[in-house]
Amino acid sequence: MRGFSTLFCKELLRFWKVSFQTLLAPMLTAMLYLLIFSHVLEEHIKVFESVSYTAFLVPGLAMMSVLQNAFANSSSSLIQSKITGNIIFVLLPPLSHWEFFLAYMLAAIVRGLLVGLGVFVVTLWFVTVPVKFPLWMLLFAILGSGILGVMGIIAGIWADKFDQLAAFQNFIIIPLTFLSGVFYSIHSLPQFWQIASHFNPFFYMIDGFRYGFFGISDVAPDVSLAVVAGCFMALSLFTLWLLKIGYKLRY
Amino acid sequence: MTPAIQVREVHKSFGAVQALRNVSLEVAQGEFFALLGPNGAGKTTLINILAGLARADSGKVMVTGFDVTTQYRDARRALGVVPQELVFDPFFTVRETLTIQSGYFGIKHNRDWIEEIIHHLDLGDKADTNMRALSGGMKRRVLVAQALVHKPPVIVLDEPTAGVDVELRQELWQFIRKLNADGHTIVLTTHYLEEAEAQCSRIAMLKQGKIVALDTTKHLLESFSGRQVKLRLSPDYLPENLQSLLLLRTDSSYTLTLTDFSDLERVMSRLREAGIVVQEMELLQPDLEEVFVQIMSKH
Repeated sequence: MRGFSTLFCKELLRFWKVSFQTLLAPMLTAMLYLLIFSHVLEEHIKVFESVSYTAFLVPGLAMMSVLQNAFANSSSSLIQSKITGNIIFVLLPPLSHWEFFLAYMLAAIVRGLLVGLGVFVVTLWFVTVPVKFPLWMLLFAILGSGILGVMGIIAGIWADKFDQLAAFQNFIIIPLTFLSGVFYSIHSLPQFWQIASHFNPFFYMIDGFRYGFFGISDVAPDVSLAVVAGCFMALSLFTLWLLKIGYKLRY
Repeated sequence: MTPAIQVREVHKSFGAVQALRNVSLEVAQGEFFALLGPNGAGKTTLINILAGLARADSGKVMVTGFDVTTQYRDARRALGVVPQELVFDPFFTVRETLTIQSGYFGIKHNRDWIEEIIHHLDLGDKADTNMRALSGGMKRRVLVAQALVHKPPVIVLDEPTAGVDVELRQELWQFIRKLNADGHTIVLTTHYLEEAEAQCSRIAMLKQGKIVALDTTKHLLESFSGRQVKLRLSPDYLPENLQSLLLLRTDSSYTLTLTDFSDLERVMSRLREAGIVVQEMELLQPDLEEVFVQIMSKH
């Protein structure tokens, strides 16, 4: 366990030491999104009857930041370590694949939650958002950041260069995030895209997370939870298997 | 006593390239052992398999009796590896780097030992400096310190003195000799053959993934290298019946190869018969570089 806790703390220290880039920058980005979208669209869009568009936007933006930063944490740490070669410092010690997995995933969750909390706090300046079911909210935030943290591990292990990692991020993570209902309810989409959205696990993360705030969602929260938890389990098992066989780490 | 390292019939391929072909060797505890070979011979692959960074296609590798795949935790605790490349984590200071590395090995209260390593490797002034700000030599010292942080009985140094200045090289060897004297088994790879000759009691030579020589340094020097004598003659002329022994002719001297030192008497008598006086004579010691070249050209 000592090996795991050291790797976990090292991963926390790593992003803490560059917190301007890893924590403050994403908060500023989310604030800019809110500032622009709420200013332009507040009068034009009404997603839920009882909720203003600006308030509707806050959970989506917070969750988007949680997800993107959880992914960035594990993926960038691994790719940097691989490219600079210092990955051997965690491969030489007697760390098991479980310890490796848990340390990178939990550090990603912590960063995701810190950024999410920061985004939520800065948006209070614009609008007060109710939190009706905080445990649901927390559960989706943890599972969502866990999924993206695990996807970050997969991408970090798979990519051999920054270009490949950027492709993973730009062609998989960002489209899935933007098409998940961050800025809209899927009920405002044409029929085809509504159906398509149901195949996007990110939609369930954001919809369930939003349920924690307003008590309203596009899909029943227990269905979202089942989908998100299922994805988390499947991706975790796959990643543990990759780590066990040493895919692209131990040749 | 359990050998420090056991390698049995190890094969490893990368695609069509056979990096290791049926490699077997043993290193006893407390030995100072060299793994030599040209670039691409398989030295680093063998070290990577020992360290668990690579996996053998077949065969068995053990460190202090622990299998590197099935008992990897014990095997890795017994092994400290100084990698060839100057790798470092740019986020941390020297002291943080060593504390973190110690934690990876499950060691909780290791401050005293870390301070001792910092002192021995002359890193005291730089202990709280970020790794990015260190010179190449200092980074090399930190790599050695990282390999020692868990007090491993077996230490593998993959070209520890590559690109290192003379002063640091001497300090490193002094430190490594001390570790060996304290009972640590040392395995090193190097392209500086005079270093291997000076430090190591036993040597394995690899070529294209195969072991082509495995013997004590002394025996290798004796059996592969002919004795040589360098002579300055007056008049400056080598008799016809000694021409077959001539290895090298310079402006003022002749270097002859002898199969044994008893040949020297035959050389002297032939020179006397020819009326030639020996003005200067030097017996040349065989060196490992010559042995290495001979072995590599044979295989």
